[in-house]
Amino acid sequence: MKLIDHTKVLKHMKPRIVSNIFFRLLFMAATIFGLLILGILLYRVITQGIGYLDFQFLQNLPSRKPEQAGVKTALIGTIWLMGVVAPVTLLLSVGTAIYLEEYAQKSRFTRFIQVNISNLAGVPSIVFGLLGLTVFVRALALGTSVLAAGLTMSLLVLPIIIVASQEAIKAVPKELREASYGMGATKWQTILHVVLPAAIPGILTGGILALSRAIGETAPLVVLGLPLFLAFLPKSVFDMFTVLPMQIYNWTGRPQEEFQGVAAAGIIVLLTMLIIMNSIAVFIRNKFQKRY
Amino acid sequence: MALQKTSNSFSVQELIQKKKQKKSKILQVEKIVPFVLLLTAIVSVLTTLGIVLTLIAETITFFTKVPIQEFLTAQKWYPFSETQGSYGILPLVAGTLKVSMIAAIVAVPIGLASAIFLSEYASDRTRRIIKPILEVLAGIPTIVYGFFALTFVTPLLREIIPSLEIFNALSPGIVIGIMITPMIASLSEDAMSSVPNSMREGALALGSTKFEVAIKVVLPAAISGIIASIVLAISRAIGETMIVAVAGGSTPNLSWDVTSSIQTMTAYIVQVSQGDAGYGTTIYYSIYAVGFTLFLFTLGMNLLAQFISRRFREEY
Repeated sequence: MKLIDHTKVLKHMKPRIVSNIFFRLLFMAATIFGLLILGILLYRVITQGIGYLDFQFLQNLPSRKPEQAGVKTALIGTIWLMGVVAPVTLLLSVGTAIYLEEYAQKSRFTRFIQVNISNLAGVPSIVFGLLGLTVFVRALALGTSVLAAGLTMSLLVLPIIIVASQEAIKAVPKELREASYGMGATKWQTILHVVLPAAIPGILTGGILALSRAIGETAPLVVLGLPLFLAFLPKSVFDMFTVLPMQIYNWTGRPQEEFQGVAAAGIIVLLTMLIIMNSIAVFIRNKFQKRY
Repeated sequence: MALQKTSNSFSVQELIQKKKQKKSKILQVEKIVPFVLLLTAIVSVLTTLGIVLTLIAETITFFTKVPIQEFLTAQKWYPFSETQGSYGILPLVAGTLKVSMIAAIVAVPIGLASAIFLSEYASDRTRRIIKPILEVLAGIPTIVYGFFALTFVTPLLREIIPSLEIFNALSPGIVIGIMITPMIASLSEDAMSSVPNSMREGALALGSTKFEVAIKVVLPAAISGIIASIVLAISRAIGETMIVAVAGGSTPNLSWDVTSSIQTMTAYIVQVSQGDAGYGTTIYYSIYAVGFTLFLFTLGMNLLAQFISRRFREEY
């Protein structure tokens, strides 16, 4: 007598095994689809833009003629924007993170700040543009200056760095703090000389990622009223300026076919900047992050 | 000799004095620092307050010019005529929802399938390679996606659907779907990875195939995280601006036709900001009313996501 009826087992198992293989392939295909899209996107942008991309493109001012158009004003403007966003966000977010992690009591107010930060991260970027338009451009009369745009962008990316800084500070082990207290250091001395140096790689990684988000954003700057076409460079933070995404947006909207190529060349410049920044972030994370 | 003695004792006293001064200085710093840090923490609260107050104040000004009933019920959004303007938010909301729905139809199946593949089928090495690449996809600036939608997806779709207009709802919808797919995949994968292995092993020991384990055990156990990720992704789609501003067109309409030009709430704000609507005109205030509506939509979605992940979480 056979204990197992093989034909019966086969009859029942076969569809299940087949469906397992089928869905495995389907799920894999879905994952590959995402990678494929990334490949197509990069391929399209590079093939369209490479013809317009040369050293001249980086040096030319924007022009009505596609072959003479360049990204100089936008590129310099983006660097100006980073110059405002980086110090402002770093100061505010590290301060907030230290307060929440080291000083704040577990009170309702602390919880409120925390919930508020996570909700702020979900507000659409264009709404930050409306805030910046009302507060910085009009009420403080900064106009469409580097400062107004920089402050708006700072508020936009603030939640990202705060959360990253909090994680970094949380990851510093208790023993380090206790050793510092044991040597007679005060709380602030401990934070300044022990906790922060240990948390810096994590904070910087988060900061660079947030900064790369800031230089890729377009919507809030359109709302602030940044010029789409600008033929001079800003000399101080109170001057008008434009940035790479705005310039790309402007070129994308032109009816002439050639400007699409120019826009693609602008995208290559923007993506190159982002890749460099992200590589630096990854480098810092791998090189300096200690595991305790 | 005597002189030396006095000067010596004097210097000891001085040292004690110095030490005391230094200590009081340190203690002063200790007291000031938490206060300064609290001020930086309050900036984020002020930002939220600023957003809400700005939107509410300017929206109220808008409602003194346009009755609230008209805003909520009128079927037409035509603000560019001062005399015969019509301010009904419905067409803009319809445009936004249409695009977001197309995005969800694209993103939910692909994102979930990727999440299941990464968490249940892929080896550790594959996951370590693929996940960062998917995150790159999420980090590409939206203007680049807008360019991609207008210059690649739209012409491609026009080959298939000849009646498709150059500006339409379908193309930006699909591209927004591609943009939010990594978000769903990544967050859902996190939720599935946190389901304990003992549950998988239990099901496998009972003779389940991997597919059955994924669908009947892991998916239900991680459902709160998965649904929260989907809601968050749709909220992102609703607030997305540049893709629809570039490829969606500027014709607000209430129909369910996806092949014709539309306008979303975000695209309207962009259109007005680019034109020279003077400060103080009805059109100027209308962008705040539209922005406020948008803010309420996304806030509602985000709160819903938080509620779901708290309320339906299964603890193991």
